[in-house]
Parts: sequence; structure tokens; C-alpha cells
Amino acid sequence: MSDKIYIAGLGIISAIGNNVQECLYALKTGQAGMAKAVFLKTVHASEIPVAEVKLSNDELAEKTGLSNKLSRTALLSMAAAKEALNDAAIENIHAFRCGFISATTAAGIDKTENFFTDVLKGYGKGNLHDVVYHECGSITQLVADKLSISGYTTTINTACSSSANSIMLGARLIKAGMLDVAVAGGTDALAKFTVNGFNTLMILDKEFCKPFDENRNGLNLGEGAGYVVLVSEAVANSLNKKMYCELKGYSNTNDAYHQTASSPDGMGSYLAMQQALAAAHLNTNNIDYINLHGTGTYNNDMAEGAAIQRLFKAPYPKMSSTKSFTGHTLGASGGIEAVFSSLAIKHGFIYPNLRLQTPIPEFPFVVETGFSTQPVQHVLSNSFGFGGNCSSLIFSKL
Amino acid sequence: MKKIFIRSASYISAQETFNNGLFTGSPIEYTETILPFAEPSYKDFMNARQLRRMSKVVRTGVTTALRCLKDAGIETVDAIVSGTSYGCMEDSEAFLKSIVLQNEQALSPTSFIQSTHNLVSAQIALTLKCHNYNTTYAHRGFSFEHALTDAVLLLNEQSAENALAGSADEMTGFTWNVLRRFGLFKQQAVSNLSLFNSNTRGSIAGQGSGFFLLSGNHNENDYAQIDGIELIYKAGGGDVKNEVARFLSAQKINAGDIDLIITGRNGDMLQDKMFDDMHNTVFANVASINYKHLCGEYPTSSSFALWLAANIIKQKQLPPCFEETGIDAEKINRILIYNCYQYRYHSFILISKCN
Repeated sequence: MSDKIYIAGLGIISAIGNNVQECLYALKTGQAGMAKAVFLKTVHASEIPVAEVKLSNDELAEKTGLSNKLSRTALLSMAAAKEALNDAAIENIHAFRCGFISATTAAGIDKTENFFTDVLKGYGKGNLHDVVYHECGSITQLVADKLSISGYTTTINTACSSSANSIMLGARLIKAGMLDVAVAGGTDALAKFTVNGFNTLMILDKEFCKPFDENRNGLNLGEGAGYVVLVSEAVANSLNKKMYCELKGYSNTNDAYHQTASSPDGMGSYLAMQQALAAAHLNTNNIDYINLHGTGTYNNDMAEGAAIQRLFKAPYPKMSSTKSFTGHTLGASGGIEAVFSSLAIKHGFIYPNLRLQTPIPEFPFVVETGFSTQPVQHVLSNSFGFGGNCSSLIFSKL
Repeated sequence: MKKIFIRSASYISAQETFNNGLFTGSPIEYTETILPFAEPSYKDFMNARQLRRMSKVVRTGVTTALRCLKDAGIETVDAIVSGTSYGCMEDSEAFLKSIVLQNEQALSPTSFIQSTHNLVSAQIALTLKCHNYNTTYAHRGFSFEHALTDAVLLLNEQSAENALAGSADEMTGFTWNVLRRFGLFKQQAVSNLSLFNSNTRGSIAGQGSGFFLLSGNHNENDYAQIDGIELIYKAGGGDVKNEVARFLSAQKINAGDIDLIITGRNGDMLQDKMFDDMHNTVFANVASINYKHLCGEYPTSSSFALWLAANIIKQKQLPPCFEETGIDAEKINRILIYNCYQYRYHSFILISKCN
């Protein structure tokens, strides 16, 4: 049992870098990851920008030691989870009950798409290897097996809030005494399924996205994976390294308004932030930085902003959407943004929200436009999704 | 972990589970390759407009959740947790097909919107206007067990007074044809009621949705209590026996204290040997029944077994189809559900009469 949950290791791969150092450099220098799709084969490549990881499947396979025939979602997951575990520098992982709590929305659908092209010509057609990793859990299990993680291993799919929920579950399993260490986060690769899906909803910006701008016009899809290594107090004390921060609060709520749209007053987001603060025993004025869900759709930013306006009061905390760098990485976004939040605390960084021209006039606050440094005690990270799923995490300085 | 009580339970499967017909009459016999949902009338739970907008897996999931609340006499819940391995298969397939056949052009958003794995939990929240904890597990043969574990954790943390935990999985003809190539299902249609006599590889495909209302506080109408959940991920059976022995000793019981085992034999002659081996060793002399001839094989079928077990304890009887076993249901106070999905995902759920 452990009352406190510490973050001992971080791992990430995204359109702005293949590891923590590269991503941090891009955040500092303001380099966004969106571009015309190179690896994703879609007829929409020239009109819809995406935030692709800048490695081919062959290069990812070489980096991770996995087969290049596997789903890109698994390759991304392995890259980031491995980095997180190495970073935590736990000498003998088998000395602890270590679990793998992952999340994905698309899983191996990049391969299923290939299979469909063939199988629609006849049930005997199509390479069966392409559907072995169709189920969400099969990606997680593959990576857990390769990392020799044998403790509690599961997969959450609550759409775009998925990996915030896996971090929350990892913490709860440690607090309940079921695990000592949890590698928690999520992964998603770009796929025709999601690009076309979001495109039919008409919420993809044809330019680079502009979260929290009055003239925002939708989101850019991204891909990647992000994991944190959560450890109990006892494990933290046994490690010969400084912890990044503490995971102090978390909350999972539901907007219960509409399958794909957020309520105008952002009720679900409001409750998630409020209850995460209560769980952390913090007040709104303790929060130094909010890593926004900030997708750049009209609806999300309005709802999230309304919820912040209702819960917080001036002076407002600094806030930005790092999706202006990474795109919206769906089931990976909560994990990726947990990595950014932990780094914000460790180094005292406030990240910019790129491309802001006209702040939304209805809100009494403006998102950050430049990179800056200051002491950062507490960070609130928001992740919301289809189905009304809303989750907020709070990271705190030791 | 404290004891968790099953306040209400509702299930829609190939059998008449929703209206308790399985406990009052003969089981339904099928000779199709996929056992269908024996769908009830939904009119007490949703209107025609809502019904039209929900796929099979969603309407069965939402209806069983609403029925749990109705039976427990409550309006809302503190948590909604579900498990699904395949998610909304019908709509995922429809969207994938349209991507291929229409070359990514002029697609309709409907099947994309209806394809997300969290749809059942989300639609329950939307129907109840419930802002509380809401999540969905998609981890193959443990999807239901992980939902159940989360709910039990929430009740232990005291962050919830009650929680809905359940699962929903459907099967389509298209996916059946793909999965058949993996040898998961029998090549020819067989009667579900003679599933265990076929002496061939593969099982029979099924589907099912159901929910359980769980509470940390005992109420005299409760079905049963959940004593423990043990999940063992292993390829191969060897170590499972030791881990089961550890689980039983942690529960302070011996195999002989179990009155009935409900096993996940699925009619695949090779996989069923593993159950035979467990039965001849760890669980020698313990009465047992199978359940997959009733509901078919699917990754979350252990929820059907839990529904069956909870009802056997509550109703103090076995469904008539088990009469020939000669088991005295009056004496059943403790039931162990042992399921295994595709040789790897071994799950044990121990429940007993409330005390």
C-alpha cells in the first residue's frame, strides 16, 4: 500500500521527436510536427495535414527490436514504453509487481485496413497476420510480453481520454496494494479509419490547427505513444534517482450530453477538474499551468474554456494546448501530455500554444504564446473524449 | 479487499436469460454457426427512436444496465464500468468496408460514431444523465474481469457506494468467416446442445451483454457476494495449478469447500483437455457444469457464467437443463467460475451466498 504515487520514468514518441529529449527541444524551439502524410497512405494526404512520427515502420522496428510486419500502434507503444522503463532505471523489475496499463483507440486497425482490401474480394483472401492485432488488448499484451512485464496488464479504451484513465488506474492499483510499479499511458498510430472518421465529422482543420483561437477550424490528427512509470513510495525510496514529480490527484467523469459533442457549459470537464483538485486537496489558485485538452475544434475549446472560466478565477493559471505541436494523438494524448506535464514540473517549463492570433473573446484568459520558465508546483492536465468521457490529472512538485 | 455484493443482475444472450426462461424451461437449441441474441422486448426501457439509433451490442448493453437499476430500485449509479473485446463490431466493419469500397470518398459519419469501444458505457451515462466515473476495458479474454475488478476497487476505495459492471460483445457473419480461418470455430454448424460431443476442434460463436449492480453494503435481496477474482495470463497450463492453489489458500478455503465449478469448456477437443486436467487434479471430486453450450464462445463470456452462478445461489436451483447432473442446488453455497480464453487468459471468479 502506498498513499503517494511518484513518477519515476518518462517515455514518448510523437511527431515532434522520437524520445523525451527531442520532444523537449521541439517544445522549446516552437517546432510543430504537422506535415503532409508520408507513411500513411490515404487519398486525403494532400488536403489534410497530419502529425506523423518521422520514422517508417522499418525504422521503428529497428529501434524497438520488433518485427516490421507489426501494427505501427505496437511499434510506437514499444518505443515509448521501453524509454520510460529505461528512464526509471529500476535495476531488477522482477523484484517488484510491475504492471502495464495501456490504452489505444485504433489498435491494429492500420493492418486490418490492408486485410479488408483483400478479404472483401473473398473470405479466403487477406493475410491473417494482419488481423492478429486488431483487438486493442492484443497490442498491449504483445508489448507487455516483449518487456517481460507479467503483473496486472490491461487496456482502456475511452476514446480520446483513454491514456489519462490508464494513468489513473495504474495509480489506483498501486494504492490498493495490487502493484508496486505501473507503466501507464497509451498509443495510437494514424490510420485511414480515424482520418476518414474525423473527416466525415468535418472537424479536421485543412491548415495547422489553432487551439483556443477565435478562428480555430478543427483538429489535426497525430500519432505517437506516451508512458509514465508510476511507483509506490517504497519503490521510490529504493531507487537511486530523483523522482520527476508526484501524481497528486485524478478524476474521471462523464459529460452525459451527446455521443460526440461536448455540452456548451463543459459540465463533464468542469467536474473532472473540480474533483481532481479535491482529490489532490488543492485549490484552483495552486495550479500554475493547465495542459489543455485543446483539440482546436470549435466545440471542444468552447466547452473546456467555459469550464475553466467557471471553476477558476483571475489571476488564471498559465495554459496551453501542446496539441498545437503533436496534433491530437487520440488514445496516446493523455500519456503524451502526462510526460509534458512531468517535464514542466521538473524543469519549470511553460509550453507555448502555437499559432494563436486572436484569443477567443468570450474568455477572460489567454493561452500562452511563448516558451517560458518559472517555478511550477502543480500542473493540471485535461483529456476529454467521445462518449462524454472526461479525465483530469494533477502532477505536483516533490 | 472487502466483500462485494451483487444487488441485481441482468443478461441478454442466446438463451432466455433476460426474463429468467432459462431457469423455468428448456434451453433454446440452435444449429446456426453463430448463436444470436435472444432479444427481449425493449419497450419498457427505451422508445422506438432511441432503439433505432442503437446497434445490437449497444441496445443489449444499455437495456441490461437499465434493468439492473430498475431491479435494485435506484435511479442512478456512482460508476459505470464495462468490458468489450471486439467493441462495436458491426459498425467498425461497416466503416472499414466503406473506406475500401468507396475509396475514402463520400463516407457517412454514422458508423464511425457508432464504432467506438466506449459506446455502451457512454450510452448508459447519457440515458441516465450520469456524470460519475465511466470507463471501458478492452483487453481480450480479461475485458469483463478487468471491468469487474475496477468496480470492486472503487467500492473498496469508498469512492463509490454502488457500481454497474458488465460486458458487451457481438459477432457478425463477416468476422465469423475471418475467425474461422484461425480455427476458433467449428467448420460445420452443430447443435449448441451437443457442443461437447463433437470431438472436433473449434467452438461455436456466441455473443452476450449483461450488467451487475454491485454494492459494498449488504442488502437482504442480494444475489450473492463476490469473494475474489484471480486472473492468470499464461500460455500453457502448468503453472496455473500452483497459482490457483495460492488463490484458494488466500481465500482460506480448500478445493473441497467449493460446491460447484462452472467451467468454460467450449467444445474444442484440445482446449477442453486443459479443463479435464484441472478437474482431475486441483478440483477432483468437485461438482461441475459447463455453460458455453448455452451462450457460445466470446471473449467476455465469463459474464454469462457470473449471471448463471449468481442466479443459482439466489434462486437455490439449477436451470432444468442441468437436472441430469443430480447436483443438489439447495446445498450450493459457494461457486467458482473457471474460464479460459484461447489457452492464455485464465480467470477465476469466486462467489458465495451472502453471510
